[in-house]
Amino acid sequence: MNGTIARLTFAGLLRGWRGLLLALLPLGFLAIALLMRVVDATDQATIDGLLGGLNMATVVPLVALIIGTGALATEIDDGSIIYLLTKPIKRGKIILTKLGIATLVALAFTVIPTIIGGILLTGTFGDVTIGYTVAVAVSTFVYCALFIMFSVISKHAVLVGLVYILLWEGLIVGLIEGARVLSVQSWGQSIAAQVTPDVFGNPLNGVLGAVLAVVAVIATSWFATTRLRSLTLASET
Amino acid sequence: MTITINRVSKWYGHVVAVNDVTMNIEPGITGLLGPNGAGKTTLLNMIAGFAAPSTGEVSLDGQPTWRNESIYRQIGLVPEREPMYDFLTGRKFVLANAKLHGLSDPGAAAEAAIAQVDMAEAADRTLDTYSKGMRQRMKMAAALVHNPQVLLLDEPFNGMDPRQRLHLMDLLRRMSADGRTVLFSSHILEEVEQLATHIEVMVAGRHAASGDFRAIRRLMTDRPHQYRLRSDNDRALAAALVADGLVVSVQVDAEDEALHVQTSDFGTFTVKLPKLARENKIRLYDVTPADESLESVFGYLVRG
Repeated sequence: MNGTIARLTFAGLLRGWRGLLLALLPLGFLAIALLMRVVDATDQATIDGLLGGLNMATVVPLVALIIGTGALATEIDDGSIIYLLTKPIKRGKIILTKLGIATLVALAFTVIPTIIGGILLTGTFGDVTIGYTVAVAVSTFVYCALFIMFSVISKHAVLVGLVYILLWEGLIVGLIEGARVLSVQSWGQSIAAQVTPDVFGNPLNGVLGAVLAVVAVIATSWFATTRLRSLTLASET
Repeated sequence: MTITINRVSKWYGHVVAVNDVTMNIEPGITGLLGPNGAGKTTLLNMIAGFAAPSTGEVSLDGQPTWRNESIYRQIGLVPEREPMYDFLTGRKFVLANAKLHGLSDPGAAAEAAIAQVDMAEAADRTLDTYSKGMRQRMKMAAALVHNPQVLLLDEPFNGMDPRQRLHLMDLLRRMSADGRTVLFSSHILEEVEQLATHIEVMVAGRHAASGDFRAIRRLMTDRPHQYRLRSDNDRALAAALVADGLVVSVQVDAEDEALHVQTSDFGTFTVKLPKLARENKIRLYDVTPADESLESVFGYLVRG
């Protein structure tokens, strides 16, 4: 980690109204969870639908997308990345620092709402809340690594990330059983199932999920580093 | 330190941005001159390690600049692009650059760099409140903070007022006097004339000329100049011009109702033309240089 890059990334992510805007998605989830608690509609299907369907499948990847791309794609787009790249710093250190800060910030916007939402819906900090919290934490980390890689490989990182979330995680993984093996959500759930075995219906093998999550983080970070070393600045002349 | 560009070309798809360029940039101030779109920024990007040559090599004292982070200990880059962490104050921006370089006393280095560009008074304002010239100077401070041996500047005088221009020129001259290599790009002839001791001219991606500024300026001035003339008697004017030997060629354009002339001595031509018209009782309506744009001047160098 490089302290200066970490501070610049952190300040860039949360400057102005950005922090508040980032909080809108999790706040929306919490508002619905609170409403369900107030009207006493907290049956198992509702809990799974909100914690799994809404929070984990939608809010978490979107928050990670905004933060993951905000940590790097924004600087590449506007060209200010040049002030980091004109320094004798290993590109891997830049990527890992960005990943570390993006994950920390994203965890604050995903894990904390998951804990509060879980307690609101179940009334306790029990297995369901703990299980989803672990799954969300793992997914957040892997998503950040993935979206940071998208930042370096595409000028349209946010769009590519959205397509990935909606098409792959949202549609294909739900339709094709085998696709779960390559789903960030499923990896998170499979690892969480090692802590709370009864929360998730039919998770992947835990070891497989953990190995795939680790491989994904290492592979995306390595690839992002390689691409950052070869980053070409656009020029009109 | 010497920048070596050896048979370098760069193309994007079917567009050739830099075409088989070879040059050495030695210590001192070198101006990279050329019209917009000539390939100056692409060449600077390749020197700074931000674009890979499609063919050829770019090196700094023998070290390749592409994919080589260690060269940034020696290079300071002032980009033309504006964005620069606008939420920071000028002081924090330069300090961050000093820390990123891993300097032993980043605070002192940042203060020295800010003082060099004469921005101490405004250093505690955020960058988004700066004028273009002030931003340019803070970019300079960030590029100078590690005391680099090589300074690359892309159109550094854009947006600067005359006083800021003189100040920056003075700073670059001092760096040059210290034995450093300063390379700046510009599309403005006068800027290069005032500052550079050596120039490299780029036109349409090609290396058009190289050497001492005065020699190249002379080449530019002594080239054949083309004018379009309109008068109340074009044929008589054409005859008088040829008889007087003022022009090397004349073309009567009946459709355009104008004369197209070419002269190799534009100084004498511009002084003598009105006299010649008066003596021959010809009324001149219009005298327009047909090839005075920088592009055509540079184009002449390429053809030459």
